[in-house]
Amino acid sequence: MLFIKVILREFKSQKLRMALTVAGITWGTISITLLMAFSVGLEKQMMKSTYGLGKGIVILWPGQTTLVYEGLPQGRIIHFVPEDLDLIKEGAPGIDKISGEYLRWGVVVEYGKKQISKLVSGVYPEFEELRSHYAQVGGRFINELDFKHKRRVVYLGFGVAKEIFGDKDPVGEVILLNGIPFTVIGVMVKKLQNSNYHGPDEDYLVIPASSFVMIFGDPYFDNFVYSVKEGVDTKDVEKSLFKLLGAKYRFDPNDRHALWFWDVKEQAEVTSKAFFGINLFMWFIGGMTLLIAGVGVANIMYVAVRERTREIGTKIALGAEKKHILFQFMAEALAIAFAGGLLGILFSMVVCKLFRMLPLEGPLELLSQPTVNWPVAIITVITLSIIGFVAGFFPARKAASINPVEALRYE
Amino acid sequence: MDNGKLISLKKITKTYQTGRIEVKALRGVDLDINKGEFLAIIGPSGSGKSTLMNIIGCLDIPTSGKYYLDGQPVEDMNIHKLASIRNKKIGFIFQNFNLLTYATAYENVEMPLIFAGKPGRIRKEKIMECLSSVGLADRAEHKPTELSGGEMQRVAIARALANDPEIILADEPTGNLDSRSGGEIIDLFEKLNQAGRSVVTITHDMNIASRCHRIIRLKDGLIESEKNNHQ
Ligand SMILES: Nc1ncnc2c1ncn2[C@@H]1O[C@H](COP(=O)(O)OP(=O)(O)O)[C@@H](O)[C@H]1O
Ligand SMILES: [Mg+2]
Repeated sequence: MLFIKVILREFKSQKLRMALTVAGITWGTISITLLMAFSVGLEKQMMKSTYGLGKGIVILWPGQTTLVYEGLPQGRIIHFVPEDLDLIKEGAPGIDKISGEYLRWGVVVEYGKKQISKLVSGVYPEFEELRSHYAQVGGRFINELDFKHKRRVVYLGFGVAKEIFGDKDPVGEVILLNGIPFTVIGVMVKKLQNSNYHGPDEDYLVIPASSFVMIFGDPYFDNFVYSVKEGVDTKDVEKSLFKLLGAKYRFDPNDRHALWFWDVKEQAEVTSKAFFGINLFMWFIGGMTLLIAGVGVANIMYVAVRERTREIGTKIALGAEKKHILFQFMAEALAIAFAGGLLGILFSMVVCKLFRMLPLEGPLELLSQPTVNWPVAIITVITLSIIGFVAGFFPARKAASINPVEALRYE
Repeated sequence: MDNGKLISLKKITKTYQTGRIEVKALRGVDLDINKGEFLAIIGPSGSGKSTLMNIIGCLDIPTSGKYYLDGQPVEDMNIHKLASIRNKKIGFIFQNFNLLTYATAYENVEMPLIFAGKPGRIRKEKIMECLSSVGLADRAEHKPTELSGGEMQRVAIARALANDPEIILADEPTGNLDSRSGGEIIDLFEKLNQAGRSVVTITHDMNIASRCHRIIRLKDGLIESEKNNHQ
């Protein structure tokens, strides 16, 4: 193909310039695709670990009043009781699932000769979904029957399981909690979790709320965990809870300190927005590199036009129209842009493959999922096309406006 | 049109403006060229031969005067029409061949066919036909650097013939060739002319000029003399 020959000849006659330009485009493409790939992967991992605590949940703690209300003094401590669950379910229809949570630190956990001190949490079956407490194969989380019959069953964080049982399968084994026997029904699957409110989930034990009350006798919940229905604004639910619980416990619905909320959903949205900002910044950097490379392409094409003036004149004498001349130079510029782009994309894909193969642990695990996805690839191709097009257009226009008589006159 | 007149130039002038200096390259040329004619243009260097040739070839436009091609005023034609005339009606041949050095003989001949928008199958046939007619069918895959000067000029002639032009315009086609190769080129021109094509060639070589039907001598942008060769 003549077209390819022309480009190869261009490579030969402008070696250094061509190499630098192609390298520039390759580098620009790599920075865009890799940065994008890593940020897509990083965002995915970040979201996953944010959701490790629970997908779009809110945690609610009782607080202390700071406003005088209906003749009652400030400084009163609010307590949540099990009956509040029904009250909330009825009064705040925006809530999808809700569970109370009892906590007790320093419970003595015994198995054979092993004895450790751990946090135990008493919860409702809804907790499984709410807090992504999924059991490994062969086990399960606490269910309705466990709750109803106040069964002495326990579900372990994978860290606790490892600590007590090592590599042995804990399901079916009996452990003692403050001397009372509990049967292990499940162990949590490993999950990424970047936030918590009483230590990572891997590090405590979970039993039914009913059994918890029976053994430890706690009258009050430590906190609620709930999720809202699709399309419901968590802020609206907060407001209705202030009203609802304010009416019951007689505090001012505007008393910000009577109830404490941690909106994980909102936090996830903030994370997502932050990533959008980072992405934008990365695009800017990659885009600037490509822009500079684009100027390089234009430069090469200008030189090519000058060196091929005679050829252009000959072509016009042989009947070439402007479009033929334009097309030739535009196509060349695009080909150079795409050659660099292709190299860049291939290189990025190799890097992503390698990263996926690396056994990254701990915080580095966040970097383990770079993804060259379709949007990244398509946007890169479009960007390269625009650069090739613009870089080719002006030299090509110059070529097409060459006066053939002048071009053919000189040797 | 009017009794076989292919080209009719009336009081053609061409003035080049280079900064403040005006160069009157042509100063009122009247010239008719008939269909099937074999014409030589001679004259000293700088007398305006190339300028005249470029105007005849629709590459350049005169400063004043009228040019009728097949009875049609060229000044009324748009750029597409002019490109099409250069492509199909006229075959240009240059002193220094102007072949694409990185392309094969085949690809060089292909160029005007591509500009004409001919499909690949037809192009192939036509290219081989043209290369055969200049005796270079076996050199199709050779690059200009692998050919002698005479062969390069023959490739250029094959290229000029690709779209079956009515007129061949050659600006000192033998200027860079030894006399034997130059003779071969003129033999080819004679053959093309006998097949019915008009041939106009600029030359310094009186041996070549004497083989043409008519000789025009230019001097200082004017036709100084005209001579008919009756064999
Ligand atoms: N593009 C141009 N700009 C300025 N002067 C030109 C240009 N082309 C030709 N000339 C001048 O016009 C005159 C005729 O040139 P040309 O037609 O090339 O002569 P010839 O081909 O007979 O040697 C010369 O004096 C030349 O310098
Ligand atoms: Mg000349």
